[in-house]
Amino acid sequence: MPQIAQIAETYSSQIFWLLLTFGFVFFVVGRGMVPKIQATVEARDSKIAADLAAAKASFAGADELEEEWRAKENAARADAQAVLAEAKAKAAKVTEGQLHEADAVISAKVAAAEASVEAARSGALTQVEAVAADAAAEMVLRIAGTSVSPQAAIEAAKAALAHG
Amino acid sequence: MSGKIDPMHQFAIEPLFGTDHLALGGFNIAFTNSALYMVAAAVVLWIFVIGGSKRELVPGRWQAAVEYFTTFISSLLLANVGEGGKKYIPYVFSLFMFILLANFLGMLPLGVVGLHPFTFTSHFTATGVLAILSFSIVLIVGFWKHGFHFFSLFIPHGTPLPMIPVIFPIELISFMVRPFSLGLRLFVAMTAGHVLLKVLAGFVINSSNAGVGYGLTVGTASFILMIGISALEMLVAVIQAYVFALLTSVYINDAENLH
Repeated sequence: MPQIAQIAETYSSQIFWLLLTFGFVFFVVGRGMVPKIQATVEARDSKIAADLAAAKASFAGADELEEEWRAKENAARADAQAVLAEAKAKAAKVTEGQLHEADAVISAKVAAAEASVEAARSGALTQVEAVAADAAAEMVLRIAGTSVSPQAAIEAAKAALAHG
Repeated sequence: MSGKIDPMHQFAIEPLFGTDHLALGGFNIAFTNSALYMVAAAVVLWIFVIGGSKRELVPGRWQAAVEYFTTFISSLLLANVGEGGKKYIPYVFSLFMFILLANFLGMLPLGVVGLHPFTFTSHFTATGVLAILSFSIVLIVGFWKHGFHFFSLFIPHGTPLPMIPVIFPIELISFMVRPFSLGLRLFVAMTAGHVLLKVLAGFVINSSNAGVGYGLTVGTASFILMIGISALEMLVAVIQAYVFALLTSVYINDAENLH
């Protein structure tokens, strides 16, 4: 086994070169370069953590904005509905008033027409009475040869007309 | 007849480039094949981490791979030590990646182009140094932070007073054994795997040399087994590096937080 057989003549060389090479590795690589690599890794980790936190914050902000917008929109919708209802009520009231007015105009016209019809009828009736009285007086004159007073003729005609 | 195949030869340390007698303060510091693979592991790791140091906010594949490893180590320390474990990330990362690359580089099939791959983590002279480093950090941090109170680590919570003289030495011994178990575990795992692969490779070669019949039966079976064991060794390479890093962070937790 050379590890044991050669130990006397090689131990010093082995120790010397190992300390030299490992010393180089430790001081140049381990102490010189590894901390820089560690710093890079840590900087990256903290950057990732910060970015994630920022993303989370913006996400929460977006949620908040959406909530706000939703509330605003709901309020606007309610407002619009109120305006709409008001307008509807107003329009209904206006229509009702107009209908009422028209109704009044129409009923006035109807009443006037009815009155004029009534007047015409009573006018006609008086004329019929006069004509009947005249006719009665004539008939009396011709048949009986006596004349009746126009007043009596009218009375008689009225009575006859009233009996239908 | 076939030549003798020594499955242990792969662990032999050989000086390279004529540096056999290179010395420092009387100690031989020859640049060996083992040292070459240590340098290779360090350089590959260096290049790997450079490629991941672009520091872009959105990482590319390479940067993502490097960041995966640093994050893996930091979460390992965070889970085992807590917030106080963060300052050990450079050490545990270096340890884990260095061992991982050493294990992987030693498994490269460079033999097919005539080179000799070498796994320096299969030498306890190398793993022992890493284990002692980890153990020293535990001792230094423990005594630095807690002073002599660090010895309370060897008295588990709720130990009855008369039991302390018995428990204390047991806990102390189990604590002192840690660097040995840490270093030996890696060395044994890597050595065993490589020996097994080399023995099976020897079967393939020797059975083929013995005849077509032997080659098609024993050789083919051994070769299929080698493929499976190579995959297993990849897993072992990762697991052993992970175990080393994990145990180091568990021991650091003792030093940081006592119990």
